Amino acid sequence: MDTLLSVVTFLPMLGAAVLLIFLRGDGAFEQRNAKLVALLATSLTFIVSIAIYTEFDASNPGFQLVEEYEWIAGLKYKVGIDGISILFVLLTTFLMPIVILACWGVSHRVKEYMVMFLMLETLMIAVFTALDLVLFYVVFEAGLIPMFLIVGIWGGKDRVYAAFKFFLYTLLGSVLMLIAMLVMWYDAGTTDIPTLMNHQFASEDFTLLGITVVGGLQTMLFLAFFASFAVKMPMWPVHTWLPDAHVQAPTAGSVVLAAILLKMGGYGFLRFALPMFPVGSFVMADFVMTLSVIAIIYTSLVALMQEDMKKLIAYSSVAHMGFVTMGIFALNKQGIDGAIFQMISHGFISGALFLGVGVIYDRMHTRDIDAYGGLVMRMPVYALVFMLFTMANVGLPGTSGFVGEFLTLVGAFKANTWVAFGATTGVILSAGYALWLYRRVVLGDLIKASLMTITDMNGREKLMMAPLIFFTLLLGIYPALVLDLIGPSVDALVENFDTATVALHDALPAKATH
Amino acid sequence: MEQILLFAPLVGALICGFGWKMLGENLATYISTGMLFLTAFLSWVVFFTYHGPEAEVITLFKWVESGSLSTDWAIRIDRLTAIMLVVISTVSSLVHLYSIGYMAHDENFPKGASYRPRFFAYLSFFTFAMLMLVTSDNLLQLFFGWEGVGVASYLLIGFYYRKPSANAAAIKAFVVNRVGDFGFALGIFALFMMTDSINFSEVLDPHNAEALSQTSIQFLSWEMNALEVITFLLFVGAMGKSAQIILHTWLPDAMEGPTPVSALIHAATMVTAGVFMMSRMAPLLEYATFPPTFIVFIGATTAFFAATVGLVQNDIKRVIAYSTCSQLGYMFVAVGIGAYPVAMFHLFTHAFFKAMLFLGAGSVITAMHHEQDMRRYGGLRKKIPLTFAAMMIGTLAITGVGIPLTSIGFAGFISKDAIIESAFAAGPGVAQYGFIMLVIAALFTSFYSWRLIFMTFYGKPRGDKHAHEHAKESPLTMLIPLGVLAVGAIFSGMIWLPEFFGHHMEEWFGVATYFNHETNQVMHEAHGVPNWVKTAPFWAMLLGFVTAWYFYIKNTNAPKALAHSQRHLHAFLLNKWYFDELYDFIFIRPAKWLGHFLWKKGDGRVIDGTINGIAMGIVPWFTKLAGRAQSGYLFHYAFWMFVGMAAIITWFAIGGAH
Repeated sequence: MDTLLSVVTFLPMLGAAVLLIFLRGDGAFEQRNAKLVALLATSLTFIVSIAIYTEFDASNPGFQLVEEYEWIAGLKYKVGIDGISILFVLLTTFLMPIVILACWGVSHRVKEYMVMFLMLETLMIAVFTALDLVLFYVVFEAGLIPMFLIVGIWGGKDRVYAAFKFFLYTLLGSVLMLIAMLVMWYDAGTTDIPTLMNHQFASEDFTLLGITVVGGLQTMLFLAFFASFAVKMPMWPVHTWLPDAHVQAPTAGSVVLAAILLKMGGYGFLRFALPMFPVGSFVMADFVMTLSVIAIIYTSLVALMQEDMKKLIAYSSVAHMGFVTMGIFALNKQGIDGAIFQMISHGFISGALFLGVGVIYDRMHTRDIDAYGGLVMRMPVYALVFMLFTMANVGLPGTSGFVGEFLTLVGAFKANTWVAFGATTGVILSAGYALWLYRRVVLGDLIKASLMTITDMNGREKLMMAPLIFFTLLLGIYPALVLDLIGPSVDALVENFDTATVALHDALPAKATH
Repeated sequence: MEQILLFAPLVGALICGFGWKMLGENLATYISTGMLFLTAFLSWVVFFTYHGPEAEVITLFKWVESGSLSTDWAIRIDRLTAIMLVVISTVSSLVHLYSIGYMAHDENFPKGASYRPRFFAYLSFFTFAMLMLVTSDNLLQLFFGWEGVGVASYLLIGFYYRKPSANAAAIKAFVVNRVGDFGFALGIFALFMMTDSINFSEVLDPHNAEALSQTSIQFLSWEMNALEVITFLLFVGAMGKSAQIILHTWLPDAMEGPTPVSALIHAATMVTAGVFMMSRMAPLLEYATFPPTFIVFIGATTAFFAATVGLVQNDIKRVIAYSTCSQLGYMFVAVGIGAYPVAMFHLFTHAFFKAMLFLGAGSVITAMHHEQDMRRYGGLRKKIPLTFAAMMIGTLAITGVGIPLTSIGFAGFISKDAIIESAFAAGPGVAQYGFIMLVIAALFTSFYSWRLIFMTFYGKPRGDKHAHEHAKESPLTMLIPLGVLAVGAIFSGMIWLPEFFGHHMEEWFGVATYFNHETNQVMHEAHGVPNWVKTAPFWAMLLGFVTAWYFYIKNTNAPKALAHSQRHLHAFLLNKWYFDELYDFIFIRPAKWLGHFLWKKGDGRVIDGTINGIAMGIVPWFTKLAGRAQSGYLFHYAFWMFVGMAAIITWFAIGGAH
């Protein structure tokens, strides 16, 4: 089917249109219908997206299922996927039905809420499939809007502060990225991403205001993109919007934010920074790796002291994203394989953890760790599920969390042993904060009066968790499902990168090779 | 067959853990126990039918594959594996059986609570992970098993989840082990970087080891010998898992778990994983210089340190825990001096008598209504004669009773003396230190072991009168395992001496171990040590026994008097050399302080302060926006974002038209 990608992209939006046009009223019946329509649309999208997987030829490193149409005023709508982006599309379509299920208890402006998530899904899929610079920019930035509204309208007490913080942080990066895109377009004369990936931007050093810019234009462009992606990741020290956003966001919003939106930055590095500005990436690699290691240690320590469950998991997410950027900028096969794997895996694990918080939040209306304790006595199923994802979060072998962490560290070790050394301490700290959280919430004696009647997970909640459990274990035991899919594309990426930076390798022999 | 051997415990764990509601508690626990006996039977079949010398490898399917990194799920059978298989599955199956009795009524849970299936599922899962560890054909699967047993240990230490002390001990065990894993993981990374493989067939090739010993690696800021770095890092992992000094603090606390857990995990199997792993790495160690020296030093120091602490502990399980720690030190001395088969020998015999001591202690504890303080025991030998007999055999074995200068004696006599003799033969140098420490430790071992026996079974009852009067022998399910282990504790040394420490050693081990004969002749020289060396542990043992007898039978006021006159030393030992306090001071509190500081000052003041300050300061408009807390306005802002987006597109579009 030639229009498969477009169908998958716009199916959720179609669902949103159906809701907007046909659903009137805000009674219980209408609310239920809105949820059902959204569930149907997202499930259908997922089912159709399986066809992407079957149509995809994993041995071909290039773009596939490409569609190209004239859009408005000379701009193009061009989409396609390679081994890297296919996974993110599938992750999105897979998670969205679960996200909708997580909204089942919401009763405030349900129709709009559903529309937001459906719009968001379309935009997120488009981010991962866009093969035109302008299209990418538009969907990348537009994706913020529904998220901004989800936090700002359906969020907690300080939702407006959190929403604006989220918006402000991303604003500066976006502006710089836009300028960089304009420069690229002037330089290359096209906004076509595959063409730009083969375009060689100037990398001769030049002097700007008395400072020698090593890597020249490429470094400048890299930095502009970096400004945007670093906030999205988020990397230290521009991560502080994330804990606030998570704390204020409703459960479903947190899941989307952690599981999918955070992956846009990492995807951006792989789609733009490395292939288009290899010299710039090479020059800045140590810098990015350093920030990554700081993120891992710093946020793990901060996570240790959190009193709010969501904040703790949010900080933990920042640490895990640190592994991703570290892996990407190890600039070798294992590092990048690991980074992609880590992103996918974190999608399942962080999603499940936020859903887990949501389960008890729905019952107790508090995220304070101190308000809990001894849940295992009344919620054995919950205790088991939460244990599994706690262990996955600390990278236990046999879960998907391990493979990503391990590969990124292997890659980082090759590139810089100091970085790997620092990052590996994260393995100790993560065990500390995650198990301590588990102990305070789930273990201990059940003595708090408020918890005496708490009920275990219901059928819907189990249904949300089941697929996440399945994939967390499956990818932990048989990671080839992902690694085989991304293999050729990553090989090509690394190969092109090495070719482009071969001169620099000779100049800086201390840098490890592959 | 190997597949069934390996996966039966996992199947048992799943059936028991998830199927007990359908099957009923009893049946579920019987099934998991049955699965373990099946595994034990098959393990002995493998043990007797494997003749080597090559390793048999069964590849299941691929695991992590990325570029030149390629690992499989596989089952590797060689002599080292075969030894571990019988140790693990025998002890585990007996512990399962024992637990049927031991866990029947547990007062830590409310009446009617179904805790038993969970317990058996954890035990079986542990066994599976441990089997994965020893059957691995690459370092990654080994690491899988390594972490898997760590989780099982965490779950079982914290089995009494309502007790804060149990929960704390569980976390401590996991985190301290992770400190070791930190080194282990770095070792794996370094090995992969240097050899492009982490599969045993390539990594353990002596040529590879020799080549590595001539290569340098850029590690952190220093240029170092690759092999030295790698083996050192791997040993750090072993230190964590095997509770060697510095990373030993978790093991005594791990006694919070139910006693069968201590017997299986914290005595016979998991804690010996470090010894197994380093023995597996023999080809690498053979070409390294500093790490083996370091291993001897750490092992000997641990043997000594743990034995000193064991002298004064009053909790029956803690005495045995420190004893385990100490005995693991013996094994590492053997590893460090290059006597790998001897290390495995002690691992093998130790599993029997130490598991028995723990299970015996469990039997005492049950009889005494969950009292673990030996000061409240006394005179129990008439009340629980069979348990007493088992504990006696265990003590005779661990203290090393035998006829000097012959090969007749309890299991510990044979294997421990083999280590001490090898240590002497490997001297001078650090091995000499090892020799001296091990002989002193043998003296202490004898003292604290007999102290335990005398305090528990002799003298007058000191504790709760009611508990003493009602103390009764444990049921058969608990006594049978003790009987079987007793056979091992008595005979396993004598039977397998030729294979582990005699003429058959090299052919019996085959490719499972490796000696660089140019530098390592310890296995030959150990047999030629002078007679005073061979008898030294015997005299140490005797001296320990006599002292214990004097202190706890003859003159029972002596211990108090000595503790009083040497109160600083006593407090130092009683408080375990203050390691916990020290770590709390230098690691835990600073980490918490730093976490709090980075959160409040770093994130709060510096980062948020700066960024919000700039944004909100420079653009007062935003301040106003943020001030309006009505969510209704958000739609307006969203609308303006759309407008902005449209403007951008237009701008591009106009540009595109040029």
